[in-house]
Amino acid sequence: MSPPGTLFRSTGKGALPEDLTERREKRVYKIKEKVSLAHDVHSMIVEAPYIAKKALPGQFVILRYGEAGERIPLTIADSDPDDGTITLVFQEVGKSTMVLGGLSAGDSLDDVVGPLGVPSHIEKLGMVVCIGGGIGIAPVHPVARALKEAGNRVVSILGSRTKDLLIMEEEMVKASTEVLLCTDDGSYGKKGFVTTVLEELIEKGEPIDQVVAIGPVPMMEAVSKLTKPYAIKTLVSLNPIMVDGTGMCGACRVTVGGETKFVCVDGPDFDGHLVDFNELRLRQRMYLKEEREAIEAITYVGA
Amino acid sequence: MTEKKEKIPRQSMPEQTPEARKSNFEEVPYGYSPETAMLEASRCIQCKKPRCVAGCPVGIDIPGFIKAIEDGDFASSIRILKESNALPAVCGRVCPQEDQCEVLCVIAVKDEPVAIGRLERFAADWEMEQEKKELPEVAPPTGKRVAVVGAGPAGLTVAGDLIVKGHEVTIYEALHKPGGVLVYGIPEFRLPNQIVEYEIKNLEKLGVRIETNVVIGKTFTVEELMTEFGYDTVFLGVGAGLPWFMGIPGENLNGVYSANEYLTRSNLMSAYQFPKYDTPVKKVPKVATIGGGNVAMDSARTALRMGAESIVVYRRSRNEMPARIEEIHHAEEEGIEFHFLTNPTRILGNEEGSVTGMECIRMELGEPDDSGRRRPVPVKGSEFILDVDAVIVSVGTGANPLLTNATPGLELNKWGYVVVDEETGATSIPGVYAGGDIVRGAATVILAMGDGRKASQSMHFYMTGEEPEPVSEE
Ligand SMILES: Cc1cc2nc3c(=O)[nH]c(=O)nc-3n(C[C@H](O)[C@H](O)[C@H](O)COP(=O)(O)OP(=O)(O)OC[C@H]3O[C@@H](n4cnc5c(N)ncnc54)[C@H](O)[C@@H]3O)c2cc1C
Ligand SMILES: Cc1cc2nc3c(=O)[nH]c(=O)nc-3n(C[C@H](O)[C@H](O)[C@H](O)COP(=O)(O)OP(=O)(O)OC[C@H]3O[C@@H](n4cnc5c(N)ncnc54)[C@H](O)[C@@H]3O)c2cc1C
Ligand code: SF4
Ligand code: SF4
Ligand code: FES
Repeated sequence: MSPPGTLFRSTGKGALPEDLTERREKRVYKIKEKVSLAHDVHSMIVEAPYIAKKALPGQFVILRYGEAGERIPLTIADSDPDDGTITLVFQEVGKSTMVLGGLSAGDSLDDVVGPLGVPSHIEKLGMVVCIGGGIGIAPVHPVARALKEAGNRVVSILGSRTKDLLIMEEEMVKASTEVLLCTDDGSYGKKGFVTTVLEELIEKGEPIDQVVAIGPVPMMEAVSKLTKPYAIKTLVSLNPIMVDGTGMCGACRVTVGGETKFVCVDGPDFDGHLVDFNELRLRQRMYLKEEREAIEAITYVGA
Repeated sequence: MTEKKEKIPRQSMPEQTPEARKSNFEEVPYGYSPETAMLEASRCIQCKKPRCVAGCPVGIDIPGFIKAIEDGDFASSIRILKESNALPAVCGRVCPQEDQCEVLCVIAVKDEPVAIGRLERFAADWEMEQEKKELPEVAPPTGKRVAVVGAGPAGLTVAGDLIVKGHEVTIYEALHKPGGVLVYGIPEFRLPNQIVEYEIKNLEKLGVRIETNVVIGKTFTVEELMTEFGYDTVFLGVGAGLPWFMGIPGENLNGVYSANEYLTRSNLMSAYQFPKYDTPVKKVPKVATIGGGNVAMDSARTALRMGAESIVVYRRSRNEMPARIEEIHHAEEEGIEFHFLTNPTRILGNEEGSVTGMECIRMELGEPDDSGRRRPVPVKGSEFILDVDAVIVSVGTGANPLLTNATPGLELNKWGYVVVDEETGATSIPGVYAGGDIVRGAATVILAMGDGRKASQSMHFYMTGEEPEPVSEE
């Protein structure tokens, strides 16, 4: 600890952060660009200069599209500090993401807060396998890139149900040393699941130092199950339902190694061998009925 | 009227009937009319050495503001209140008066105390209704910058005090709406959001900048505020927002909420208006709230208004309940059932992971514990099951480590609360002050505001070298 009196000496009057209040009134967090990556999957570049400056791989934002909107978390798939923007990639699964899907460049979001969560641990380990399933490819992308920059050999396995849903292949090729593709129906790359490909790598005797797996819960669970007997360290990024994202509500709690953790502040990355996936899966389904109701009510509120 | 002063009974406030209010989120009491307020004010005997003032953490001139009401001079009354309390409309509603100012009122020896809180609320509400508001005068710019972290009562007080002293003040708030617990926790039927919004608008009119969606410790650090953005002082008023759970089996089942989550969903996110607002909260037939404080009362009464049969499970007896008496009374009137001397041991669920019941054990009161209250001990073999579909855990909150972990050099106590100099609110980092729940642990609105007041005076001294003096706009 530094001696008292020397901490945080003001360096004189710097410029204050831009007046966000004014920005908010002008409906800020402007969408600079929006493209469709696959059916129901969109990529959105949003102006959020202070988040862009700070964002590290593995972190997320919480946003509200408007006054009636829910606070939903989305991973920061990319950030450009010079441009003052962040990239979000999302899939339309319910009311909020559907409304987001309907917005275009020039529109704005009411609220974006972040960067939240603990950044992914990046260090030089040797060989790391980065697995992205479906929409999970977007959040695994910055992690793969950082791991490669840190000097690792990064082998990425990307999987989706079918060819049209496989996103960000080009970006992942750049971010990795090598990319392996698979689809459930065999329409692109290898036929099978990401675990099929991973198992082959393991059996070939590749010296895998760590696996990072991001995607649907069943996928992360299957990957963790596969690597456990080999004692290959496996990190998964959990996506429970959240509200505040700052540790205030406990909605995002999961059981890891028998202990309750809050994903928004303790995670989102956890040791896949210790996560209670069953509980996570059940908790994600908590509002199924209400979510359907919300979608049915969309025309009624004219969102 | 004055000659038979003692004979005037304490005036009650008209309120919604329990039947009506059970199904709406509108405020329960309507407040005094000017006539009733003046009548109630006349009950105060204007003590030369008013004992009531000693019970008010911010030392409001209670006989002074009451006298003004009695004289029908409501404008003076609110001016006196605002000399020591920036949020009288809030405190008049939510202060535990029965433990603070009113408990000490001399009238209470023979009769019921003067309704200080209700009168305070009256004066504040009266002001809000006026077309022309008196805004305090702002001193010429000092060129000093103040960052306030957290827009709860502590932070709002600091901002209000220091803006009028001529400093540049910015509040950084993590949520999308300022107000802290006043907007995300305390429900509308007890404290309408509009009241807090009104006070916040006034701060903005005075020149306070409020930046929502900024998490200090994440978006910016305290260090950056001071070095990069040149803030001369920083006030930490981040509250004690880390919900405790009980650590019993079944606590992660669907339908188990922390009170913070349940209340945030319903208040801040307006879940009671779902699906007009997107955020849902489970609507189930029967909800149990665990705990006996204000937060538990608010949760149980919210659950009731969401259409549930609402019960409260508390491990001690009614006498030990820390909630305000008025709120317990309101809850009982509304038909909330209390299970005293009962403690949950396990929450039961089905295959879908949803709550189906809660196993509890009966308790009896043993020897007094550290808090002086008799310690509840379980009665062996007395377990039984309550059929409930959701559980709201309201057993307290702790220090949220998000900001404190990201602030090296900030001294914390063993529970993670910020250590401050009691006289000044100064932390271990020069120029950084703190107050409210992040220093005391979950406490009260008025104590948080008292801390804010104390800190703002030392912050002003730190920045200008001017001796602290009461902030007064007269
Ligand atoms: C840390 C984190 C990062 C995420 N990153 C991405 C991402 O980069 N791209 C992406 O498409 N999705 C991401 N998600 C999931 C995304 O938040 C949900 O898809 C979104 O909230 C759904 O909202 P909705 O209203 O459209 O759907 P709803 O109809 O409300 O819900 C559909 C499903 O989404 C989940 N969900 C609902 N509300 C929330 C909530 N408030 N918080 C978390 N999950 C919720 C539930 O499991 C639900 O079954 C992430 C989630 C977390 C926790
Ligand atoms: C449901 C409920 C009912 C209550 N009822 C009563 C009552 O009847 N009477 C009474 O006197 N007291 C009551 N209390 C207690 C009272 O509300 C608190 O003691 C008081 O609000 C504390 O004020 P504060 O300013 O310290 O913090 P808070 O009101 O907690 O505000 C802190 C603010 O800081 C923000 N914040 C946190 N971390 C950060 C960060 N890193 N960066 C930026 N912003 C951040 C939070 O989002 C929040 O808005 C109640 C509390 C609750 C929860
Ligand atoms: S602020 Fe609270 S304690 Fe002080 S006089 Fe008002 S009601 Fe009483
Ligand atoms: S103690 Fe009671 S009677 Fe005396 S000044 Fe205070 S409120 Fe009035
Ligand atoms: S989202 Fe509220 S604690 Fe994590």
